[in-house]
Amino acid sequence: MHMPEPDAAVIARRAEIATALRRIVPGDGVIVSAPERRAYESDGLTAYRQPPLVVVLPETVAQVSAVLRYCKAEGIKVVPRGAGTSLSGGALPLADGILLGMGKFNRILEIDYANRCVTVQPGVTNLGVTHAVEAAGFYYAPDPSSQIACTIGGNIAENSGGVHCLKYGLTTNNVLGLEMVLIDGEVIRLGGKHLDADCYDLIGVVTGSEGLLGVVTEVTLRILKKPSTARALLVGFPSVEDAGNCVAAIIAAGIIPGGMEMMDRPAIHAAEAFVHAGYPLDAEALLIVELDGPEAEVDHLIARVEGLARDNRAASLRISRNDDERLSFWAGRKAAFPAVGRISPDYYCMDGTIPRGRLAEVLVRIGELSRQHGLRVANVFHAGDGNLHPLILYDANKPGEIERAEAFGADILKLCVAVGGVLTGEHGVGVEKRDLMPAMFDEADLAQQQRLKCAFDPDGLLNPGKVFPTLHRCAELGRLHVHHGQVPHPDLPRF
Amino acid sequence: MTRFVPATIDELREAIAAALAAEEPVEIVAGGSKCGLGRPLQTPHTLDLSRLSGVREYQPSELVLTAGAATPLAEIDRLLAENGQMLAFEPPDWGALLGAGGARPTLGGVITCNLAGPRRVKAGAARDHFLGFRGVSGRGEVFKAGGKVVKNVTGYDLCKLLAGSYGTLAALEEVTVKVLPRPETVSTVMLGGIAPDAAVRLMAAALGSPLEVSGAAYLPKGYGPNVSPRGVVLRVEGPAPSVAFRREALRDHFAAAVSSIFDDDESAALWCALGEAAPVSQPAGRAVWRVSVAPSRGAEVAEAVAGALDADWFLDWGGGLVWLAIAEHGDAGATQIRAAIKGADGRGTGHASLIRGSVGLRRAVPVFEPQPAALAALSRRVKDGFDPRHILNPGRMVEGV
Repeated sequence: MHMPEPDAAVIARRAEIATALRRIVPGDGVIVSAPERRAYESDGLTAYRQPPLVVVLPETVAQVSAVLRYCKAEGIKVVPRGAGTSLSGGALPLADGILLGMGKFNRILEIDYANRCVTVQPGVTNLGVTHAVEAAGFYYAPDPSSQIACTIGGNIAENSGGVHCLKYGLTTNNVLGLEMVLIDGEVIRLGGKHLDADCYDLIGVVTGSEGLLGVVTEVTLRILKKPSTARALLVGFPSVEDAGNCVAAIIAAGIIPGGMEMMDRPAIHAAEAFVHAGYPLDAEALLIVELDGPEAEVDHLIARVEGLARDNRAASLRISRNDDERLSFWAGRKAAFPAVGRISPDYYCMDGTIPRGRLAEVLVRIGELSRQHGLRVANVFHAGDGNLHPLILYDANKPGEIERAEAFGADILKLCVAVGGVLTGEHGVGVEKRDLMPAMFDEADLAQQQRLKCAFDPDGLLNPGKVFPTLHRCAELGRLHVHHGQVPHPDLPRF
Repeated sequence: MTRFVPATIDELREAIAAALAAEEPVEIVAGGSKCGLGRPLQTPHTLDLSRLSGVREYQPSELVLTAGAATPLAEIDRLLAENGQMLAFEPPDWGALLGAGGARPTLGGVITCNLAGPRRVKAGAARDHFLGFRGVSGRGEVFKAGGKVVKNVTGYDLCKLLAGSYGTLAALEEVTVKVLPRPETVSTVMLGGIAPDAAVRLMAAALGSPLEVSGAAYLPKGYGPNVSPRGVVLRVEGPAPSVAFRREALRDHFAAAVSSIFDDDESAALWCALGEAAPVSQPAGRAVWRVSVAPSRGAEVAEAVAGALDADWFLDWGGGLVWLAIAEHGDAGATQIRAAIKGADGRGTGHASLIRGSVGLRRAVPVFEPQPAALAALSRRVKDGFDPRHILNPGRMVEGV
């Protein structure tokens, strides 16, 4: 994995740059010493590490604006960072780039129940939003598994999902307004408390743009009333095919569960050994289906899903009788990653999406790849929306294993694309999947995406080296290839 | 004047390349139902996408449908209904509203205009269901974005950008959308004799309840079944036992105000009419505005305009959508509406779009909400990145875009 070649001349200016930044952000908001910078050297994708040039922790929008204006004027790269929980290396620093930490933007600015929205600063955690409104019975729907730590700013950058997104959407479906600072220091406001854009939907493109378009300084989010009831089924199947058929049957019956998760045999065993949730150890696949809504609806749908599970050869089936039991069903699934961490020194979490109908075939092929690469794998699957998280088990201390794990992961993601799916369902491209982008997009597709980048950041200073495998200059991308006055195909039918 | 009628992606690319080579803009059309939307265009050529039609991939259990961009909505609705599914954003037709009755709205058309009906409050707009596309930019290049699965964050979400771009960035050839189960039953609770400010509070209470209200509108006087004074309608949808429970819960909660309840077909007809803006569509000569504001401010904005001008209005989206019909004098209310959105303290957010107006009016007043300079400049740079010579629907939204 290659990052853009660091500019030695910029690195040599570290002290001068720190002094300039201290004039913008006084106090302890500029970090230069090597040990302190090292605290920021990686994010949730710990295989990659690089201490930043300087860390700056602004506290006001004016400071963010001044920092970006300075970077633009001096041609210095900037990497924005929230809590640093990205699993794709979205916040991996650059040796010649400033790391812009937004952690001090941690205030909830307004709670507006009449308009069912909350306005927060980007450093507020995902769970912090729900905590702020839960006393009134509301919550914020997207719930990535890192929700206790990850920030709303990071959620915007990555368009984060979670286990409830089939029914309630990803981040992008729950954002009403943004304030953001462009690389030239200009502060723009998009949306507000109203729905839909007045011109181009720039909230829609900024969400999921992985820190490449601007720095978000304020966010207005839609909140929902908590469903009055939630109950879950825990169903064991003798084969992955049966579990997959059951999922298809539930959807075909017109039921959209609040959550629908599948685990394969290795994941079931790892989770059960860790949390003793009472998972059936003889099952080849385990399905958790959660129905939420008014009690009358939940009771009705639980009975229907139970019937569909039995029709699809369910070997074991439990229905939660109370909230404690429901949470115990989830305990193993929610602990799946650390559980796998217990049975292997290291694991590498993948994140492709596939058409659900191809699941059984994809798991068989992943099994073959596992043998071929000589590494074990456990699979957890957001079955409702087709988002697959294979966990590749490896030992970083064994020479060559990390490279094999990466090669295995790349093969899995290429497989996802080959069956009609995509490289990433919720973790983002970052540095991790950057070089796989050509498996899904051709040059024209990537060039067009980069032209959008040019509209926001013509010098390519914001988070370079992420998402796009090759960096083109905007002037080159903008060049048109037209033969003037020459119609390319005069025989084209015209009416 | 050439009319390009491509039948394949290659022909579409060649048509746009030809227009680009000549630097002569095209107006993009398909079913013709939205030609009266946006600023009037006078282009030397027309790019007719209507042959890029037909459903290409559809597996109901994947909740995904891929079709030619110009596939008629009616064809999609029919196919989805056969499988118990729907486009959950409730795309309106607007044929009667825009005087384009008989024209056929297409899937690509409702996406590029980012339309949505009353279910917007619960299910989102076209943007929220638009998963992927293939098209041709104003550079004459074929490109694609998104995917054919419901969950995807690979690369920039260009679908969001194209939704609501009114054909100014690219001509769509193929689109993929998310589809969802059609509710088994529908019921509507009507509350009569409610004043505007009380209506907004009442709709907020309903939408902020766990009853999953999927439509909340405030009807004009005399509109709808059994309404004489202004009244609120609340919709619940889903499995029969759930709808019955939620209908009764609404009835109990708002007991004093409940004037009637109607189910299924009668209910469906009402919400369809609201999506079509039927309460303000007659008489035909009036300008019609669609105003998006914070839901709590819907009544305030409507009354501020109606206090100054002769205006018919109603609210949808729990108050967040104000439909206004105003006589075509002067700027047909543009100044008052845009001042009302900003409010007394100047801090209100929202936007007003002129949905129906004569060619002269749509040329004279900004059809879409004017943007602050920095944002307008950014929008222009985005346009230039896709269509540097401004050959695709130039000026449809804003002059220079």
